[in-house]
Amino acid sequence: MKLTLKIWKQQDAHSKGKFVTYSLDSISPNCSFLEMLDILNEQLIRKNEEPVAFDHDCREGICGTCSLYINGRPHGPDDAITTCQLHMRKFKDGDTIIIEPWRAKPFPVVKDLIVDRAAFDKIIQEGGYISVNTGGAAEANQILVSKVNAELSMDAAACIGCGACVAACKNASAMLFVSAKVSHFALLPQGKIEAKDRVKKMVAMMDQLGFGNCTNTYACEAECPKLISRSNIARMNREFICAKVS
Amino acid sequence: MNSSFLHFSSITKKVWMALLGLFLMVFLVVHLGINLCLLRDDGGRWFRDAAHFMGTNYIIKVFEVILFGGFILHVLIGIILQIKNWFSRPVRYKISNKTTTPFLSKYMIYTGAIVLTFLIIHLFNFYFIKYGWVTSPVSPLEGGEPDFAAVARSLFGQPVYSAIYIVLIICLGFHLYHAFQSGFQTLGLDHKTYTPYITGFGIFYSIVIPLGFIIIPIYFLI
Amino acid sequence: MADLNAKIPSGPLTGKWTQYKNHQNLVNPANKRKLDVIIVGTGLAGASAAASLGEMGFNVKIFCYQDSPRRAHSIAAQGGINAAKNYPNDGDNIYRLFYDTIKGGDYRSRESNVYRLAEVSNNIIDQCVAQGVPFAREYGGSLENRSFGGAQVSRTFFARGQTGQQLLLGAYSALSRQLKMGTVKLFNRHEMLELVIVDGKARGIIARDLVTGKLERHFGHAVVIATGGYGNVFYLSTNAMGSNVSACWQVFKKGAWFANPCFTQIHPTCIPVHGDYQSKLTLMSESLRNDGRIWVPKNKEDAEKHRKGLIKAKDIREEDRDYYLERRYPAYGNLVPRDVASRAAKERCDAGYGVGSTGLAVFLDFEESIKRLGRHVIEERYGNLFQMYEKIVDENPYENPMMIYPAVHYTMGGIWVDYELMTTIPGLYALGEANYSDHGANRLGASALMQGLADGYFVLPYTIQNYLSGEIRIPRMSTDKNEFVEAENTVRERINKLMSVKGTKSVDHFHKELGKIMWEFVGMGRNEAGLKKAIELIRALRTEFWKDVRITGGIEELNPELEKASRVADFLEMGELLALDALNRNESCGGHFREEYQTNEGECLRNDQDFMYVAAWEFLKEGEFKLNKEPLKYEEIEVKQRIYK
Repeated sequence: MKLTLKIWKQQDAHSKGKFVTYSLDSISPNCSFLEMLDILNEQLIRKNEEPVAFDHDCREGICGTCSLYINGRPHGPDDAITTCQLHMRKFKDGDTIIIEPWRAKPFPVVKDLIVDRAAFDKIIQEGGYISVNTGGAAEANQILVSKVNAELSMDAAACIGCGACVAACKNASAMLFVSAKVSHFALLPQGKIEAKDRVKKMVAMMDQLGFGNCTNTYACEAECPKLISRSNIARMNREFICAKVS
Repeated sequence: MNSSFLHFSSITKKVWMALLGLFLMVFLVVHLGINLCLLRDDGGRWFRDAAHFMGTNYIIKVFEVILFGGFILHVLIGIILQIKNWFSRPVRYKISNKTTTPFLSKYMIYTGAIVLTFLIIHLFNFYFIKYGWVTSPVSPLEGGEPDFAAVARSLFGQPVYSAIYIVLIICLGFHLYHAFQSGFQTLGLDHKTYTPYITGFGIFYSIVIPLGFIIIPIYFLI
Repeated sequence: MADLNAKIPSGPLTGKWTQYKNHQNLVNPANKRKLDVIIVGTGLAGASAAASLGEMGFNVKIFCYQDSPRRAHSIAAQGGINAAKNYPNDGDNIYRLFYDTIKGGDYRSRESNVYRLAEVSNNIIDQCVAQGVPFAREYGGSLENRSFGGAQVSRTFFARGQTGQQLLLGAYSALSRQLKMGTVKLFNRHEMLELVIVDGKARGIIARDLVTGKLERHFGHAVVIATGGYGNVFYLSTNAMGSNVSACWQVFKKGAWFANPCFTQIHPTCIPVHGDYQSKLTLMSESLRNDGRIWVPKNKEDAEKHRKGLIKAKDIREEDRDYYLERRYPAYGNLVPRDVASRAAKERCDAGYGVGSTGLAVFLDFEESIKRLGRHVIEERYGNLFQMYEKIVDENPYENPMMIYPAVHYTMGGIWVDYELMTTIPGLYALGEANYSDHGANRLGASALMQGLADGYFVLPYTIQNYLSGEIRIPRMSTDKNEFVEAENTVRERINKLMSVKGTKSVDHFHKELGKIMWEFVGMGRNEAGLKKAIELIRALRTEFWKDVRITGGIEELNPELEKASRVADFLEMGELLALDALNRNESCGGHFREEYQTNEGECLRNDQDFMYVAAWEFLKEGEFKLNKEPLKYEEIEVKQRIYK
């Protein structure tokens, strides 16, 4: 395959960035998207040019590190996958591919396509946990959890924290991410005890960090590599209202 | 009010947005009911009676205040939320988002703005006449009450006006199309069995209500 | 120099850990606040240790090269975590878990450590459930178990195919709570580049801020390495791209000993290699072997036709299929341990029965299970894995059998630790995959998660106090101290040296070359001549690297090429030690298969007479290592040949 790439290059957080055009030849359709970038970088290094910096790690769709906005879609033109699971067979010979970093106020660009997602960690630190110290936990089967709730909780807990929801949202809202964590715990008896405090604090932090408001366009759900459902957002709203009025 | 709203959390603001929106949707049904009275071939008597009732009943007067307050709040919060949303992505994408999202859900602020414009025109055409802020194009009824049936008849008689009216009502429909289900989502009223019905009803509502409004100018044109 | 005193408590095996806890020294709360602990790595072991030590009141600094602690590669573990809960009432208990782990490790692990691991396994499940880990449940609401390779009981707890993710998020949430409380301080996008030793004790690290490129000095009364394994020495592995041996290698060069580096695990169920540009191998969870049947064609002609793409798996008749695991190992069938399954696949492929375009693949077939259980059950159990497979290979595994081939997955070897998980450097600890202690020559499925969390939640928080109780009189040291300055200078020189090579070939080029050498000569089958050749080749490649590597960009900036170069430089030294250890171990056991030492049936031929020891290597100088032996004594277990037939 022959490809033209337009990639955002930015030296560091304080510099101005710009798009740089590269062309690539003879890329196998079985190649993954990141492997295609590897090939590009290898060629750039050979030419003594600086390669494109992008975030990636596990390359099997679970660590949530990779974060590319490809032709107008986070994680590119396929559903329910991360960028590292995207393969070049999803593109056509001769395509122009435009690659941008996630764009959101709380996700400043670090370099080229790498952004800083520490904002997510900060939200989790506000209450994305159950306050239990190591040791002294009760026998695991002492508290039973209905299979339905355990499954729903697992659906929500499957979030990999990649930030595609924020990147896709026209408002750069983090509601899907926050609601996934809130739901994960709200659905388990162990998480109920701190539920009210948790949702209030996490939402407050989300607002404070500069994420936008949810306008229910569900772009987040459509782009989520782990298919986290919008019903988690509804659940968080419910939890939030209950926490506020009680 | 404005500044205190700024300090509410995003979800609180949205919950107000949803509650007010759903309330306004109830009002639309009442409004449509009255409008449809125009279709009765009684020289506008039903319509006049209804308008008279709406203009004089004290309970309705109270609701009128709530309605206007609610509407203004709905608009204000909408604007506040939107401004924050614009600021949350200072550097925009080169390629605008290609994610598949429900029909027009991304354009609520724009369809909303159109509805607001429509409303202002509408207020000038009808509501303000009641208070004498705008002179009625037609002579008032005996007893000095404005003859809204005649006003409607005269306005809808103009094809250009009717056409604009129809287009704006369709925009209202677009706004409602996403609004109903969205309101329930914001209020956290989500259920795997009932949500599809809510969504379905929302679509039904957003088609039937505008249709009801559109029938009237068409009736007068034909 | 340190001696190999494993500090195993006296008394009977079952009472050792209690005995230890009864007599160890503790640190009082007021003193805990005065003590700093550095933890490198935020995987299961690192994050759980940091959270636990933070809760206890120590000052913890935790480092990870990733942008968030939640991205450590523990997150990719799919299958599950073992514990001896005996919920299914199938006769499991602590002793059996201990026994299976020792046997699975081919009698090359330390009895006392493994017993302790089995002992605390149940606490881990309790702890994780309390943290809100959404384990799979039965309809009645109790926890569900499944079976896994190398065991005849169902003792594996799981959260779909994402158990590692859920356990890591559990540890990450506990860590986040401590970060909020301020007991733990996080240094993300930081890489440890040197250990600082003051008066013979580990007292700090030099780390590079990967965003600014600046070097930083950090002090700790103790240092904990939880940086995972060294599987990426093979370039292609199931490890994350950033997984590296560097922290381990630095402490090794500073005096910690490296144990059993040749014990590397090749996982049998990975997606086969498909091209030169490939950067990574994807694992398909071992749990698939519960319902999938592994086979190759009985006739070479069928295999040949499949390689050429003339026929599909479905076209091969039932009687022409060779379910070779069921044939060779009727007792365990498709659930034989990983090393056995991997070698059996290699044996079939080498004999010409391999399928797929490269001939380096076997089938993993779900047809029968789908018939027996229905597609929805298979979907519920493995849906995400099937989806993953389809995305990568572009073939529907519900209709065509999966194709799989073994790939490097886990490294049992690691930094030598004693019973307290302390290395040969006082005050330096190694946890999780980074240490060598519990898995011997082969790790059983669902045991890595168990070990990482056992070390972090339930072992280190006790044992480190035994050391720190002696350090309460040591005030925090200034990082202007000579030792820190020198360590920083060493790192700076090394980086400058790397940058000044200004050669012609990329870092990846060298890494790939190293990988090829390792996989060919030090991979699934090893022999003396090959290993000797590998050592030569690695040395030559290392020399070439230092002459011809090209690193673009600058030092004081975010520079992924420099990060990789520094890691590959360490792999180029480490690979040699791995080959050397494999050459020294003249036997086949677990993941280490020396072709000269096999039975007539092609099974491992262990040599307990001469090799029942832990090979703990000591660094002398580059390319020169000294072998120290820790003899393994089995008191509670009768050492047998591992038979899964």
